[in-house]
Amino acid sequence: MTSDALTGGFAKAPQQSARAFRGLLEVMARPGTIHLLEGAAPPAPLSVAAGVALLTLADGTTPLHLTGAADCAAVRDWVTFHIGAPLVAAEDADFALGRWQDLQPLHRFRIGQPDYPDRSATLIVEVDRLEAAGARLTGPGIKDAAHLSLPEVAAFRANRALFPLGFDVLLTCGAQVAGLPRSTIVEDV
Amino acid sequence: MTQASETNAYNFAYLDEQTKRMIRRAILKGVAVPGYQVPFASREMPMPYGWGTGGVQVTAACLVPEDRLKVIDQGADDTTNAVSIRKFFQRTAGVAVTEATGEATVIQTRHRIPETPLTEGQILVYQVPIPEPLRFLEPRETETRKMHELEEYGLMHVKLYEDIARHGEIATSYAYPVKVEGRYVMDPSPIPKFDNPKLGDNAAIQLFGAGREQRIYAVPPYTQVVSLDFDDHPFVASKAPHDCDLCGAKGSYLDEVITDDAGSRMYVCSDTDFCTGRREAGHVGRLGVAMAGGVA
Ligand SMILES: [Zn+2]
Repeated sequence: MTSDALTGGFAKAPQQSARAFRGLLEVMARPGTIHLLEGAAPPAPLSVAAGVALLTLADGTTPLHLTGAADCAAVRDWVTFHIGAPLVAAEDADFALGRWQDLQPLHRFRIGQPDYPDRSATLIVEVDRLEAAGARLTGPGIKDAAHLSLPEVAAFRANRALFPLGFDVLLTCGAQVAGLPRSTIVEDV
Repeated sequence: MTQASETNAYNFAYLDEQTKRMIRRAILKGVAVPGYQVPFASREMPMPYGWGTGGVQVTAACLVPEDRLKVIDQGADDTTNAVSIRKFFQRTAGVAVTEATGEATVIQTRHRIPETPLTEGQILVYQVPIPEPLRFLEPRETETRKMHELEEYGLMHVKLYEDIARHGEIATSYAYPVKVEGRYVMDPSPIPKFDNPKLGDNAAIQLFGAGREQRIYAVPPYTQVVSLDFDDHPFVASKAPHDCDLCGAKGSYLDEVITDDAGSRMYVCSDTDFCTGRREAGHVGRLGVAMAGGVA
């Protein structure tokens, strides 16, 4: 285990995870909005937001899939020490973390069952840029329309077509986070 | 901080961190699938089930130290139930409390939606006794789950139509079923059907917690929520045909209060914060007296 694995968690977990969850709730309930997640210092190449999201939502009961650059010794050790999530293949993951191209192909991720659509994966997608511009979003949580910089549109349209099944997505960039639940209708502009 | 040392940390909002994570995950899945009931492992709370332990657990998972919490029971802030829950979170989460709807960031409610329109940044948490709208038609969980899966909601319409055949109108006046985003039929908890129109297109996040039944569900902001009805018998959000006797409000939901042994009665706003606010602003109803302090 690398010595860095022991640092970078929440200093005051109950309060910090509570604030982080409120940010996560807001972005999932209001697609297109961007919030800041702070309070943790995960090892490179994880963004602060991705690390905080994991600390807030994941634990020993939620299998995690790491991919691409995120699947490195420093991150694996940090996850093992602070979160305890079993590291698994894409097909078995409650949470998956990586860059968009490394998460492909997406059909490997759980989309829930017709009688239990909640049994689906949440993808934490690390992006280089996150802003309220780009693809047009409509649906629950959105008053008229919102816009969000997405890595692509087609995959989210395909995911929406599965509703109420589908995966849900958190987009992370530095301390920024945005949400894209399966319920959102995504269109090119 | 490690998970091991978390157990020694202050138990913010009563629940341990692992339980809050589990509830938070359920809330997010509920938000992603509006109206769908997400199972969760309900915990014992230091209060009886009838006191809204589902709502209390959802509130505990959502609260941040900076929140201002309002708790209402049938519209009132001062019932034993509302006061106890408010004190519980003052003590365990250290949050500020308020009775003013407009000042609250989180509102836990039993059986009402506040009259004052909610805003972005607010969360409304409902205490739910029976989350399954199909339960009285079909007692078996495996069957109701199948009915939701297949969108087999015909029986629900048959039940409502039998109401019309028997009573000339739909007699269901509380927990009136709704359809969320054209997909899931949902029980809005035992709010009066007068409140149903406020469920849809609401600026606030609405979360529903059923403790005994171990279900969490959600209606995100600006979500379509339609009360079930028929072309020849459209849904009507009815209320008692009176104005509030204290504040004169014409459009608020009213409680009927017997005022003497002879059976005299008066009608007053069920939302006490709304009524007080109107009286403080100078509105006076049929039996009201001007508020002290010169504000009229
Ligand atoms: Zn009144």
